[in-house]
Amino acid sequence: MLNRKIQPTIIDAVSFDLKLRTCEQYQLDNTVPVYSMNAGTQDVLMIEWVFKAGNWFEQKNIIAGTTNFLLKNGTSDKTAFQINDHFEFYGAYLNRTCYNETASITLHCLSKHINELLPVVAELICDSIFPEEELSTYQQNQKQKLSVNLKKCDFIANRLIDEYVYGFHHPYGKYTSTIDYDQLKRDELIAFFKRFYAEGHCTIFTAGKIPSNLQSQLNKYFGSLPLQKRAIPHIEYNLQSAQEKKYQIINDANGVQGAIRIARPFPNKHHPDYPKTQILNNVFGGFFGSRLMSNIREDKGYTYGIHSYIQNHMGETAWMISTEAGRDVCEATISEVYKEMEILRNELIDEDELSLVKNYMLGSVLGDLDGPFQLIARWKNYVLNNLDEQYFYNSVQIIKSTGSEELNELAKKYLNPEDFYELTVI
Amino acid sequence: MIEYNRFTLDNGLTVLVHEDTATPMAVVNVLYDVGARDEHPEKTGFAHLFEHLMFGGSINIADYDEPLQRAGGDNNAYTTNDLTNYYCQLPAQNIETAFWLESDRMLSLAFSEKSLAVQQKVVCEEFREHYINKPYGDVWKHMRTLAYTVHPYQWMTIGKELSHVENAHIDDVKQFFFKHYRPVNAILVVAGNVKTEEIKRLAEKWFGPIPMGDKYIRCLPQEPVQDQARRLTIEAEVPLDAFVKTWHMDARLNKGYYASDLITEILGGGASSRLYQALVKEQKLFSNLDCYHFGSLDAGLLTIEGKLVKGVDINKAELAIAEQISHIQEHPVSIAELTKVKNKTESVIAFEDMSIMSRASSLAMYELMGDASLMNTELEKYQEINPQDIVDYSKRIFRESNSNTLHYLAK
Repeated sequence: MLNRKIQPTIIDAVSFDLKLRTCEQYQLDNTVPVYSMNAGTQDVLMIEWVFKAGNWFEQKNIIAGTTNFLLKNGTSDKTAFQINDHFEFYGAYLNRTCYNETASITLHCLSKHINELLPVVAELICDSIFPEEELSTYQQNQKQKLSVNLKKCDFIANRLIDEYVYGFHHPYGKYTSTIDYDQLKRDELIAFFKRFYAEGHCTIFTAGKIPSNLQSQLNKYFGSLPLQKRAIPHIEYNLQSAQEKKYQIINDANGVQGAIRIARPFPNKHHPDYPKTQILNNVFGGFFGSRLMSNIREDKGYTYGIHSYIQNHMGETAWMISTEAGRDVCEATISEVYKEMEILRNELIDEDELSLVKNYMLGSVLGDLDGPFQLIARWKNYVLNNLDEQYFYNSVQIIKSTGSEELNELAKKYLNPEDFYELTVI
Repeated sequence: MIEYNRFTLDNGLTVLVHEDTATPMAVVNVLYDVGARDEHPEKTGFAHLFEHLMFGGSINIADYDEPLQRAGGDNNAYTTNDLTNYYCQLPAQNIETAFWLESDRMLSLAFSEKSLAVQQKVVCEEFREHYINKPYGDVWKHMRTLAYTVHPYQWMTIGKELSHVENAHIDDVKQFFFKHYRPVNAILVVAGNVKTEEIKRLAEKWFGPIPMGDKYIRCLPQEPVQDQARRLTIEAEVPLDAFVKTWHMDARLNKGYYASDLITEILGGGASSRLYQALVKEQKLFSNLDCYHFGSLDAGLLTIEGKLVKGVDINKAELAIAEQISHIQEHPVSIAELTKVKNKTESVIAFEDMSIMSRASSLAMYELMGDASLMNTELEKYQEINPQDIVDYSKRIFRESNSNTLHYLAK
C-alpha cells in the first residue's frame, strides 16, 4: 500500500560532488583575454564584451550610463536604424548594460550568423559617434521614463536606501535627476567613449555551441583594436553613510502600500564572513522557505513577497531586506523583521532547518551549473572579482560544513537593528 | 527538434517525457486546463487565488515547499487567462519527491481555512502592488472591459476587483478543485535526466490511484465580431498621457495568429521596427511604443501602446499610428523585412528551447492545444506566411470597427 505520508528517500544534495566545468581561456593579439564555455545543444551563442567603463570612472553623473546606452545609436558609417536593422535582420539581440565598475555589450545570436555580426560590434567599439539628435531624443525619453518611475514607491526606496548606505557621491549610492539628463554634453560622451571603450580595457566572455572558427574571427575583428594599452585610472571613493538611521517618506499621499528597505553595510566577496553569511541569509530571507517569508507572508499575509540579500557589488556592499507591504501593516512588518533578527541572535538554528537550507542551496548550485549561459555567468563573476574556481569549491565546502554556532556568531555580529538603515516610502 | 514520449494513465492523465542526459536536473511540470477564463463573472481572480492555495498543504503532506527544498529543489507556478501551470526543478536523483508532492495535491488539498485566509491577504497585496499602487496599473482592467463584451477575457487573472478575492469561501475552493484539478484535466511533463520507463513506473505508482474525475467541457461565450469602434478616455494621476489601442485577432492555432505575430514584429519588434523608427525616432510623438499580443488561446487582442511626448496632442499621435497601419495594409512588406521578422522568430524559438524548464512547459502548452508535436512545426507555420498574407491580415484585423481605443490622460 502506498504511504503518501512519507517522503520518498532522497539523496542529500550535501553529498553531491559538485564540479565546475572549466572555462577555456585565450588571448587575442592585443592581449584582450577571452573566456570560452563550449556547451549546450542548441546552435546559439552569447558573446559579452566587458569594459572597465562603469559609473566608477565618470566625472559627472550618468556619463557612463549614457555612453553605454548610445553605443548602438550611430557610427561614421551607419545610423542607429541601420545598426539595429542589421542585428535584428539576423535575429540577434545586442544589449548593453552599465554597472558600477564595468559596462557591457552583449550579443545573443544563432551561431551561423556570427560572421555578419562581429564586424559591426567591432565598428561600434571603435567608431561610435553619438549624434546630437540621438542624444536629445534619449534625454527627452529618459526624462519621461524617470517621471513615471518617480511615482513608484519601490523605485524611490531603492534609490534612497543606497544613498543612506553609501553616500550620494559614491558610485553605489548616486542616482539620476532630470537635471543630470539636461546637462549631458555630446563631447563628454565622446571623450568617455574614447578613453574607456575605444582605448579601454576589455574582457570577452563567450558561451554556447562555439563555432570552430570563433577564436580566429574574434582575433580578426577585435585582436588589433587599440585596447588594453592605457592604464585603468585608479579612483577611490569613501563611503559616506548617513548619520540618521530611520526614514519615512510619503511619495504618494493616496498610496496603498509602503516600500520597506532595511540595510546595513557589509564587506565584499573576499571577506571570510561573506560565503558563510550567504547561508545565514538564506535562513533569514533568501528563499521562499526563509523565516521572513514564512512569517510575514505565509503566516501573516502582510506582503506578496519579502526578501533579504547581499547586494552584488565588487567593493564594500550592503545586506538588504526588501518588501512592499500594506500601508497599515508597514510598522508591524518592520518589527517582525527585527524579531527574526533577534531570534537568529539568541537561538541556534536547529539541525533540521539548517540541513534543509543547505540542501536547497546546493540543489540550486547544481541547477545553476546547467547550461552554457549560467556557467559563463558564474565564471564572469569570478574573473571580474579576481576570484578563481577555488572560490567555487571553497563556497561549496563552506555550505556543507558550516554549523549553527558559527551562524549564530555571524547573526550576533551582523544582525543588530542599530546597525541598519530603515526606510519606508509610501 | 524536441523529442518526447507520450503515454496516458487509466485515469486519463496525459504524461509526456523529454529525456536530456546533458543535465543533472529534472523538471516536473503539471499543467491544469483551467484559467481565469473559466471563472464565474462574480468570482473572478479565483483561478489565481487557487494557485496560491495549492501551496497551502495537501491531504497527506502539511507543507509542499519544505520537502522539495530538502530534496534540493525549487518551484513556482503561474496562472494565465487560459491555464494554470506548476513546475519544479530538482536534482534528477530526487525526482520521486516531486511525484509524491504533485500527486498528493492532485489527490486532494487539505483545504485549510487558515491558508485561505492568509493567501487572500497575500493576493490582495499582490493586486495592490501590481495593479493599484503603480501608475498605469489599471490600463488592462479598462481595456479588457472595453474590448470584450461577453468573453471572459474581459477580466485580468488577478480579478476584476479586490472584493472578489476577499469574498472567496472555502466551499468555492473545494468545488473548484474537484471540478478542474482532476487527472483527466491535467498534463504531466517530465524533462531532464530521466528514463521514460522509470517515469512510467513512477507515474503509475503516484498518479495512477487518483480518481479520474469528469472531463471539464469548456463552453465559453465567444466574442461576437465587433462592428463598431469603441473609445474610452480616462484621467488619472499619472505624469504622461498614454495611448492604448487594440484590435481583435485570431485564436492561437489559426493561420491568422501567425500572420498577426509577424505583423506585431514588423510594427513594434525592436528598435528597427516601423512604429519605433517613425513615431519615436523620426516624428518624436512617443517616448516609447510597443506592439504586442498575449498569445491567448482564444481570440486575443493585437495591441499598440505607448506614452506620448509631453505636449503632443493625442489625436495627432493616433493619426500617425493610423498612417503606419494603412501603409502596412496597402504596401506588401519587402522580402528582406519579412525575412528579418522570421529570422527573429527562429532565434526566439532556439533561445526558448535552451532550458529543460522551458522545454517542459512548452510541451505541456502545445499538448493542451491539441498535440505536443505542434511544438516542432511552429517555425514552419511562420515560414509559410508571405507578403500578401501580411497585407490580407492587416486589412482584416486593422478595421476601425474592430478597434478599441483608450486615451489614458494625465490629470
